[in-house]
Amino acid sequence: MANKITLNMITQRSIEEGVAMEKGKTTPEYFEACSIVEMHDDDVKALGLVPNQLVRVTSECGSVVVKVVRGRQSLYPGLAFIPQGVWANQVVPPRTQATGEPQYSGFPVTIEPVNGERRKSALELVQGAVGMWRGDQ
Amino acid sequence: MPKKIENVGCPYCGVCCDDLVVTVSDDGKQILEVENACAIGNQIFHHATGSERVKLPRLRQPDGTYKDISYDEAVDYAAKVLYNAKKPLIYGFGSTNCEGMAAAAKVAEKAGAVLDNCASICHGSSFLAIFDNGYPSCTLGETKNRADVIVYWGANPAHAHPRHMSRYSIFPRGFFTGKGHKSRKIIVIDPRHTDTAQVADIYLQVKQGHDYELFDAFRAVVRGHEIPDEVAGIKREKILEVADILKKARFGTIFYGMGLCHSDGRNHNVDIAISLTRDLNDFTKWTIMAMRGHYNITGPGAVWSWQYGFPYCLDLTKKDIAHMNPGETSSVDLAMRDEVDAFFNVGTDAGAHFPIEAVKHLRKHPWITVDPNICMASEISDLHIPVGIVGVEVPGIVYRMDNVPIQYRKVIDPPEGVISDEELFERIHKRLCEIEAEEAAKTEIKAAPEGVRAEE
Repeated sequence: MANKITLNMITQRSIEEGVAMEKGKTTPEYFEACSIVEMHDDDVKALGLVPNQLVRVTSECGSVVVKVVRGRQSLYPGLAFIPQGVWANQVVPPRTQATGEPQYSGFPVTIEPVNGERRKSALELVQGAVGMWRGDQ
Repeated sequence: MPKKIENVGCPYCGVCCDDLVVTVSDDGKQILEVENACAIGNQIFHHATGSERVKLPRLRQPDGTYKDISYDEAVDYAAKVLYNAKKPLIYGFGSTNCEGMAAAAKVAEKAGAVLDNCASICHGSSFLAIFDNGYPSCTLGETKNRADVIVYWGANPAHAHPRHMSRYSIFPRGFFTGKGHKSRKIIVIDPRHTDTAQVADIYLQVKQGHDYELFDAFRAVVRGHEIPDEVAGIKREKILEVADILKKARFGTIFYGMGLCHSDGRNHNVDIAISLTRDLNDFTKWTIMAMRGHYNITGPGAVWSWQYGFPYCLDLTKKDIAHMNPGETSSVDLAMRDEVDAFFNVGTDAGAHFPIEAVKHLRKHPWITVDPNICMASEISDLHIPVGIVGVEVPGIVYRMDNVPIQYRKVIDPPEGVISDEELFERIHKRLCEIEAEEAAKTEIKAAPEGVRAEE
């Protein structure tokens, strides 16, 4: 059993994310819709994960803790998916191939199980990144 | 008596559904029911009156909290930020009307700003490919009435454009397509077996980032050349089968999405999609269309092209001399190179949707958010200015994904005192002109340079 695997990450819209986004990005719905990663069963098994376990996803430019879920829309082994949004953008590389468009799809990440860590809220991630997080008010 | 308002346009995605029926309470203040909308559109209408709205601009205080201020104070603050910045960036416009976009462009020109819209991180690559290679497109009505083969490539309308398939592509019965989905072939090409793929007749699981090779294989086959046994994870026989369907179509449309624009290759993936469409027109009628995301993200492309000749990434730092050069004048690249010194986030949420590294760079400078809702951008701003929700509280022109303009209406009034994007930008423009005049009045008039006069 590996304690870390490298996968190809894509981030795109999900309807759950769309509905929750319009409800508000500080809502529990948005948190649950977006702070997840979908992987193929083979990759989940390779890491020895149980469903709903938390993992750390690390790319060339950052890392984020998200929950592994079995997605309805299946991927092939080696491919991983985080719905577009705050959690995905903690790891999306800002390189644009001189087009203005960041590398939202097709960038390498490592995935490893974590213990004793939690998923951060959207506000904690974004405000924290720019030094404005003041804790749970 | 609650009032039913029919034929309401939906301010969510680029499909711009204009058949919604909205029931409002008899005092005209509450939205009671929304019919025909998808789950996301429904949420937008209900969110307008069902949640706590921000009704006054909020200015960040030294202790990190927000304090309510008047619109006049907010307009003054915004104008001063623009006046003092050397190269401000005004970005967003996914969710506002064309009137607001035109007013914002006036402000950008006055301030010498960079003006960019969400296409910059979405279908910007499509613009680049379309400049290079043309756009053999059509309207959604033509697809509905004529198309018997539909291709969704790197697009997942079941999630991102929930009523696209039922209104225009797969299910509707059109003038020449009376049998609806029974007479249509649906081909879905995507690395994920998406919910859209569930309704496909043929699904091709292309290897992520290898779309270009697959397009190339289709072009080779269509032109009568040999191809290898497998391309981009798809077997040769399958490619031949699909190529045959494409060639024998009566009328086809390729709808493509972020799978092409966000992957390696970017505009080149779209470029070759257009070339395949052109090749297929040697045999039958084929068209191609970008699955534009927000309901009026096609709008700034239309409005600013008319005003300045460019659809996005407009550098107006030389005021009325516009230039555009994605990679140089695109928002994320400007942010990563620290080239802008003030940021306006308008009708979008760069805080949530930009890579966090770009957000960190932009936040080093004044950040102003113009948006009806609380979002990530508003929560890291120096100033948050609320505006009315277009399509719910503010009417206006929007452009559908096929470049068809539609007049949106309002169904309720905005919260008392809340103004529209257009009014806000007009007021900022006016204040900017005043500040310029005030500053000019403070400086001493320079003596006219002495030159050689003709008569001397």
